[in-house]
Amino acid sequence: MTYHAKPKLHHPSLARNAVGLTRRDYEGKVSTLCAGCGHDSISAAIIQACWELDVKPHRVAKLSGIGCSSKTPDYFLRNAHGFNAVHGRMPSVLTGANLANRELLYLGVSGDGDSASIGIGQFVHSIRRGVNMVYIVENNGVYGLTKGQFSATADQGSTSKRGVVNADQPIDLVGLALQLGASYVARGFSGDKQQLVPLIKGAIHHRGAAFIDVISPCVAFNNHAGSTKSYEYVRQHNEAVNRLDVIPCRSEISVEYPEGSVVEVEQHDGSVLRLRKLAAGYDPTDRAAALNLVLAHDSRGEVATGLLFVDSAAHDLHQHLNTTEVPFNRLDAAVLCPGAAALQRINEGLR
Amino acid sequence: MNSPRDFGPEPSARPVAPLAAVNDFVVKFANVNGSGSASANELFAKSILRMGVPVSPRNIFPSNIQGLPTWYEVRVSEQGWLGRRGGVDLLVQMNPQTWEQDLAEIEPGGYLFYDSSRPIPLSSFRDDIGIIGMPITEICNRTYSDSRQRQLFKNIIYVGALAAMLGIEPAVIEKLFGEQYRGKEKLLDANVKALHLGYDWAKNQGAPCGLRVQRADRVGDRIFLEGNAAAALGCVYGGATVCAWYPITPSSSVAEAFQKYCQKYRVDPDSKKNRYAIVQAEDEIASIGMVVGAGWNGARAFTATSGPGVSLMTEFIGLAYFAEIPVTIIDVQRGGPSTGMPTRTQQADVLACAYASHGDTKHVLLFPEDPAECFEFAATALDLADRLQTPVFLMTDLDIGMNQRLCAPLAWDDSRRYDRGKVMTALELEAGTDFRRYHDVDGDGIPYRTYPGTHPKRGGFFTRGTTRDSGANYSEKGPDYIYNVQRLLKKFDTARGLVPQPLLRESAEKTRTGVLYYGSTSPAMVEAIEELEASGTLLDAMRLRAFPFPESVRQFVLSHDQVFVVEQNRDAQLRSLLVNELSLDPARLIPILHYDGTPITARFIVDAIGEQRRGPNVVPLKEHAA
Ligand SMILES: Cc1ncc(C[n+]2csc(CCOP(=O)(O)OP(=O)(O)O)c2C)c(N)n1
Ligand code: SF4
Ligand SMILES: [Mg+2]
Repeated sequence: MTYHAKPKLHHPSLARNAVGLTRRDYEGKVSTLCAGCGHDSISAAIIQACWELDVKPHRVAKLSGIGCSSKTPDYFLRNAHGFNAVHGRMPSVLTGANLANRELLYLGVSGDGDSASIGIGQFVHSIRRGVNMVYIVENNGVYGLTKGQFSATADQGSTSKRGVVNADQPIDLVGLALQLGASYVARGFSGDKQQLVPLIKGAIHHRGAAFIDVISPCVAFNNHAGSTKSYEYVRQHNEAVNRLDVIPCRSEISVEYPEGSVVEVEQHDGSVLRLRKLAAGYDPTDRAAALNLVLAHDSRGEVATGLLFVDSAAHDLHQHLNTTEVPFNRLDAAVLCPGAAALQRINEGLR
Repeated sequence: MNSPRDFGPEPSARPVAPLAAVNDFVVKFANVNGSGSASANELFAKSILRMGVPVSPRNIFPSNIQGLPTWYEVRVSEQGWLGRRGGVDLLVQMNPQTWEQDLAEIEPGGYLFYDSSRPIPLSSFRDDIGIIGMPITEICNRTYSDSRQRQLFKNIIYVGALAAMLGIEPAVIEKLFGEQYRGKEKLLDANVKALHLGYDWAKNQGAPCGLRVQRADRVGDRIFLEGNAAAALGCVYGGATVCAWYPITPSSSVAEAFQKYCQKYRVDPDSKKNRYAIVQAEDEIASIGMVVGAGWNGARAFTATSGPGVSLMTEFIGLAYFAEIPVTIIDVQRGGPSTGMPTRTQQADVLACAYASHGDTKHVLLFPEDPAECFEFAATALDLADRLQTPVFLMTDLDIGMNQRLCAPLAWDDSRRYDRGKVMTALELEAGTDFRRYHDVDGDGIPYRTYPGTHPKRGGFFTRGTTRDSGANYSEKGPDYIYNVQRLLKKFDTARGLVPQPLLRESAEKTRTGVLYYGSTSPAMVEAIEELEASGTLLDAMRLRAFPFPESVRQFVLSHDQVFVVEQNRDAQLRSLLVNELSLDPARLIPILHYDGTPITARFIVDAIGEQRRGPNVVPLKEHAA
């Protein structure tokens, strides 16, 4: 593992986006993960998505738990604040941060151990509260950082590198998220950037709890024959149910598709999610249909990927709590403190 | 109808002289949980207060919701003693289930007041107490047809009878009703009527009782409220906008009171939107996680919990300490573990909080003595957490938190500004001010931080535990670690001067004996000191109000031969903290420990100190000189 700063000089030909930044401006420290680790591809997809959407990097808060996956926020968006919290507890920290300032973009990065094992309670509750966030689980079916133990998403019957067979039922976070009321649910594959980048972009434009499960092979501990989270296995069993284009509100919708094969979903901010349907008759705005699709694929040993469900009219936690538009961290004593005169009246009522 | 004496022995047969006292006695109510007695009992206590006589009531309740015994004890003390006294002078027995145990507590010569509607065998009474039976159920059944009314007005009827027996002016109670039922004339009338039913009955019967309430002027401008409500109000005044909590007795009413006050004071009058967020989390780990996230992002946040919750929070507390994130935790202490004594009081989380978490950690603790300090210290805790960028604990307990206590009126200075600590602004960053997140620029151990989203190019940093250098870059190098944790120690030293300082009460004459105490021990201690002084035992007393201990605490201990440390836990936890943190000789510090779950009493302290004290009371100065 090498650790050194990248040269800051930008190639003049690097294109700038609408906020005047190059793709390089969205990068972070040099990754210390294993060469070929799926997580690094996800970081690249996050960088691409943020650059393409003209996200201001410093207006993003990156939060994670503990694990190889949770280390990655250091490797993108260097000008954003990051928080490597405690194992499995990113969702609560993100929820609190989100309450303090509703204006930032909250990006939670977690692992399958982090979110499906130790932190499943926080995963569940942050989703059902509708925290406005992009929640990405980099799912490799193992604990990478502690060297290859099974996580709760490992498929029943899959073998570890040491030859141990997993006898426990897997937890499918996508199915769980659907049941919990997540308003944007997608699955991607770290090896398919073309599909993944738009899924992340759609999540960024979404208001509410947006969850993306990204299958992300661990080359060190879970990329062998017998693993169901290896590059080989996922390439062979991946069925993309749709292809997503995200059209920001200010762009014109110009891409043409054959009639009948496209679903368009307008999000609260005016952006449009345009889905090219690959699976016949599948409606991504129908939660029950999404669950059925996921279960049907599961039973065939296949992985359904794409945007599985979206509810563009969803409400988020701030709406549920009816909080002011002004971020809490900008409110001062003038509006927060009732003052001495009010206290005088309170005292009078207590005699 | 039964006469009051139908089922009790003749008063003339009493072998002990009946108690007689004016404005100095203890009344205990034995009730059934869920019978509506709580508000009537509070009415009783408040009516005595309104007559200018200090009272201190205490709820004694097991961990049940309905149908089981609950008690309410009111100490009436013109002298103003607010600690629990111990013993009962008048028992109001409304719960046959606990008849025997309650009767045993009555002081010889004391009184029993009970519902005589159903006959109770003669053998169930004591012959050394006065007995007043009132057919309360019978009167209610005769007067009311509605079963709910029959139940509720029982309570008001006994308050009326007690008023007659003790000399409480009914007009005072009527005024309290008027305040309570403003605009609800029907309810008001019904309550006044019930009150007089009881009052007139007792007047006609001439119920004999030697205890009297007499108008005095000893309450002044003091107020009467619960510590939990006061702490919640302190959080409102102190600018907390995020409250994340998980229900646990005895702390739940903090969050509930915060909600109540926020609904009143924190709704934007124009948009009708809330300037607060309260999340009932899925557990205490999530509660503290949310507080950490909000604190990291620049909002003032707190959680309220009790011992079991603190245990769950400890991993996060350690992270917040090392990552230097403001966090305010209100710990309303109770007895024991999760199946311990949730409805009993103790000061038994002192060490668990002072050293919460793994690694080398220590935390700021504040020890309020009453609701007024709960209010003040809650706001102080929010300031200190921001100033020191660290977790701060407000260490209250059930005794302060869940009982109404007479205390100084709450005070707020409108010129007071929140101390948001060292936060670098966009302007400063733009001007090129050096920003290194964990660098000690000012020599006080406190670095600068930035809120997320402040500046496009500068001030961003990656928050993690300790694997970092002073610029927040990943580092596992020894010297970087040492620089960091040494700076944290320096910061803790800085805290000594910022926390509420101890208060010293010197004895009238010079003495070599001292006493240290803190928190809810205060009222009993103050009373004990006077009592001890009256019997010739002179004590210098220091009330500790925070940890880390300032230098004055060490000086106090060193300038006395013998220092009692009075606490409400088994293991002398604060004493351990003193020995450990100030390198004091343990032999100088004599533990006085009360830990059965009931609030400590002056009687207990006086006896315990009396037993332990060595040497003469006073060391006259001239003898020393010789
Ligand atoms: C409380 C606690 N227990 C255990 C650990 C050790 N630990 C670190 S990472 C990890 C598993 C991470 O797995 P996952 O979230 O799947 O991340 P990956 O490394 O696979 O990306 C564990 C068990 C810890 N950091 N904290
Ligand atoms: S151990 Fe696995 S998950 Fe961790 S960095 Fe290496 S490949 Fe990635
Ligand atoms: Mg994993």
